[in-house]
Amino acid sequence: MFAPYLAPHSPTDGDIVKKSIPPIWMERGNSEHPLGTDRFGRDMLSRIIWGSRISLLVSLVAIGVAGTLGTLLGLIAGYRGGLTDALLMRLTDIGLSLPTILIAVVMVAVSEPSFRNVVLVIALLLWPRFARQIRGETLAVKEQDFVALAVVAGRSSAWIIRRHIFPNVVPTLLVISTLQVGYVILLEGTLSFLGVGVPPPNPAWGLMIADGRGFLATAWWISLFPGLAMLLTVLAVNLMGDWLRDHLDPKLRQASGATATDAAAAMAHAPGDAPARGATAADA
Amino acid sequence: MAQYLVGRVLQTVLSMLVVVSIVFVLTRLSGNPVHLLLDVSASERDQEILTRHLGLDQPLAMQYGLYVRNIALGDFGHSILTRRPVTEHIRERLPATVELGVTAMFLSVLIGVPLGMYSAVRRGGPLDRAARVFAVLGQSMPTFWLGLMLILFFGVVLGVLPAGGRGGPLHLILPAFTLGYFTSAAILRLTRSAMLEVLGSDYIKFARLKGLPEQVVLWKHGLRNALLPVVTFAVLLFVQFLGGAVVTETVFAWPGLGRLILESITTRDYPIVQAGVLVLAALYLTGNLFVDLLYSYLNPRIRHYSA
Repeated sequence: MFAPYLAPHSPTDGDIVKKSIPPIWMERGNSEHPLGTDRFGRDMLSRIIWGSRISLLVSLVAIGVAGTLGTLLGLIAGYRGGLTDALLMRLTDIGLSLPTILIAVVMVAVSEPSFRNVVLVIALLLWPRFARQIRGETLAVKEQDFVALAVVAGRSSAWIIRRHIFPNVVPTLLVISTLQVGYVILLEGTLSFLGVGVPPPNPAWGLMIADGRGFLATAWWISLFPGLAMLLTVLAVNLMGDWLRDHLDPKLRQASGATATDAAAAMAHAPGDAPARGATAADA
Repeated sequence: MAQYLVGRVLQTVLSMLVVVSIVFVLTRLSGNPVHLLLDVSASERDQEILTRHLGLDQPLAMQYGLYVRNIALGDFGHSILTRRPVTEHIRERLPATVELGVTAMFLSVLIGVPLGMYSAVRRGGPLDRAARVFAVLGQSMPTFWLGLMLILFFGVVLGVLPAGGRGGPLHLILPAFTLGYFTSAAILRLTRSAMLEVLGSDYIKFARLKGLPEQVVLWKHGLRNALLPVVTFAVLLFVQFLGGAVVTETVFAWPGLGRLILESITTRDYPIVQAGVLVLAALYLTGNLFVDLLYSYLNPRIRHYSA
C-alpha cells in the first residue's frame, strides 16, 4: 500500500552497471542496496516492497469476487433448499473436485496472462469454498425464530436474506476470507513462477524467484528474498486466520486444515462433504 | 449405500465432463489450429482442406460431440510439433510423475505419522512444539521456492545431491521432499489430532490398566485406530501430487507429465496440453472417488450423518 513511500528505488528501472550486487553484509555489498540487486541492476528491496502490492491486490480482488459469488450462491442454496440447493451444491462439488493448480495454469496460459485473467481464474476456482460454508451457515440461521417471524410478517425472501441471514453469516465469511488469503498468495506466486501470472516488468514475487533460478550458484539472493517475503506474508496471514477462526467462529475449527493447503482442503472436503450430501438427499 | 455410490460415480463423470468442456472451450479460444499446423506459406486451398480434415467446418455442437467421442475412445490426436500420437508422449512421461508421486507420498507418511503420533503422546513437549512449527511452516511455504532453496543448499553449497533431472535414487530425494513437505505437515496435524482423540478413549485406558507395554498400547491400540483418516488422506495426497507436480517437476527439471504440459503450453502444442490435463484430471477424479468410497466403507457414520 505504501510502496511508493517505503521503497528506496524504482522497482522497474535498473542500472545494468550495478547488476547482481550482493546484499549488504557480503563483501561487495553496499548500503544503497541492502538486499542487493538483480541481474538487471534493479534494487531487490524495492522490488519486494512493490511486489507485495501485486500479491495482496491479486488475493484481495480474487477473494472479493469469489467471496461475493460464493456467498450469493450459498445464501440462495441454503435459503431456498430443494432443487435449487441440490443443483447448486452439485455444481459446488464439481468445482471443489477440480485440480486447482493444473486448471489455473492452463486457463491463464491459454487466455494470455494478465492481471485481470489471473484474478478471474483464481476467483473461478475459489468460489465453491465460500458457497459450501455459507450454505451450511444459512441452513442454521434459517431455523431461527426471527426468520420464521419475518416470513409470517410477509417479508420477501430477498429482504429476509439481506436483513436477517446475511448479517449472521458475516463472521464466517470473514474467517474463510482470511484463511484463503494465504492460499491465494501461494497460488498467485506459483502462477507467476511458472510464467503465467501477472506479466513482467511488474515485480511479482513468483516471477522474481523464477528470475533468480538460473543464477542460484552466483546470485542466490535474487531467489531467496522474494520467497522469504512470501513465506512470511503467508505465515502471518495464516496465523491471523487461525486466530480469527478460534475467536470468531468455533464451528469452523474442524475445517482448520481445509484452507491452508489444497490437499487438506480435499481432505476436509471428503468427510465434511457427506453431511451436505445427506441433507440434500433428505430434502429431495 | 447403493444410492450414495451411484450418486458419487455420477458426480465424478460430471466433473470429468466439466474438465473436458473447459479444455475444449480453451483450445477453441486459443486460436485456429490450422494456422499452427500449416506453414506460413500455405495456400487458401491447403487451409480449406485441413479445416475440413480436422472437422473444423462442422457446427460447434458437432465438433464438441466428436471431441468427446474421440476422448472416450482414447484418441487424443497427434502432436503438432513431432507428429507422433499424443498418447505416446503421455506414456513416456507418466512413469516419472508416478515415481515422484509415490516416493513423495511415502516420505510424507514416514515423516508425518511418527511425528504426529509422538507430538500427541508428549503433548506440549519440545517435540510437539517443534512439530507445530514444522507444520505451520509447511503450510505457508511456497513449494517452488523450497525446491530452489534445497537445490541451493544441497546441490550448490554442499554439492552432495544432484540439482535436477531423473536418475538414481539420489535424484529423487530433493524433489520428493519438496513435494512431500507440504503434505507431511498436513499428515502430521491430522495424525496428531486423531491420536489425541484416540488416546483419551476408554479402550486405551483399559489397555494401560491391563499392564500392556506402552509401545504396544501406542502402536497397536492407538495408531491403528487413529490411522483411518490418515490412510484415506494419503491416497488423496498421491492424487494431489499428480496435479501439483507441475511445479516441482519444473523446478527440478523432472521429465514428468506436469513439465510436458508446461513445455507444450510454451510451444503451443495444444493436443498434448489437452491430453495431459485430461489424463491428470482423470487420475485426480478417480482417486477422489476411490477415497470417498473407501472412507464411507470404513466409516459408516458419514453415510447416515445429516447436517
